[in-house]
Amino acid sequence: MRWFWIDRFTELVSGETATAIKTVSLSEEHLHDHFLGIPTMPNSLILEGMAQTAGMLVSQYNAFKERVILAKVPRIVFHCRAVPGDTLTYRAKLEAIEESGARATTTSHIGDQIQSEAEILFAHIDRETAHRPLFAGADFGDLLRSLKIFDVGRNPDGSPLAYPEHLSPQSS
Amino acid sequence: MPSKEEVFEKVREALVDALGVDDDEVTPEATLVGDLGAESIDFLDIVFRLEKSFDIKIPRGELFPEDILTNSDYVVDGKVNAEGLVELKKRMPFADLSKFEENPAVQEFATSLTVQDMCNYVESKV
Repeated sequence: MRWFWIDRFTELVSGETATAIKTVSLSEEHLHDHFLGIPTMPNSLILEGMAQTAGMLVSQYNAFKERVILAKVPRIVFHCRAVPGDTLTYRAKLEAIEESGARATTTSHIGDQIQSEAEILFAHIDRETAHRPLFAGADFGDLLRSLKIFDVGRNPDGSPLAYPEHLSPQSS
Repeated sequence: MPSKEEVFEKVREALVDALGVDDDEVTPEATLVGDLGAESIDFLDIVFRLEKSFDIKIPRGELFPEDILTNSDYVVDGKVNAEGLVELKKRMPFADLSKFEENPAVQEFATSLTVQDMCNYVESKV
């Protein structure tokens, strides 16, 4: 099992912005007790979804070669609850990126209504061992494909994102 | 070019936002680590905020020269030697290192950087 808190990307412009969606369903077990009779998508997992959206944007910028971790959330505000049946739209904007990390601003919307907004800081860690794969074979590439990153991803000039060669099975 | 007061106000704003401290805690003499509780990841946060606020670029290692503090030519038994201190002063003309010189242990270095040092650094960049 993987820690997925987004369903798929709907837009990604390399180095600039990304949008992903998460559909909240009552079939998700964690909603059964959170809270009893008042199923509510935990805000911590909404933050995780926003961080995954922004984190992939950060990671894609360096062709998925850096280990990107959520390092700090300097600011987060929640405006309302998300409940089963809602589709959360997470938008991330890359504000700054450098060798040691990156900063992004993110929002979560339910339709036109803002649900949450956050600033997130990411760090690039273990740079000396980052070339060693964390995933077996083509698993990481399969994950990126299942999130539709290469279906919707574009470079700033509008050209489609190329699938990183180092993620293909023969090079791993 | 912003005045010293304007630089201080913007640096204060960056530190309040990055460290979650109160306005009145950010005084020129306050040390970032010791008094304001900054941790290593906060320095990246602070650098990003200063870059945006002042429209400047802060190259890695300029505000905090880690390469000197991890160089065995300059650090012996956990302390920065005389050559290392010369190099630090050369690289950090904006910082008052007199207190650090009294006990130049590497672990003390991070705790010696003050809000005023940061303001001096920004003034040298704008």
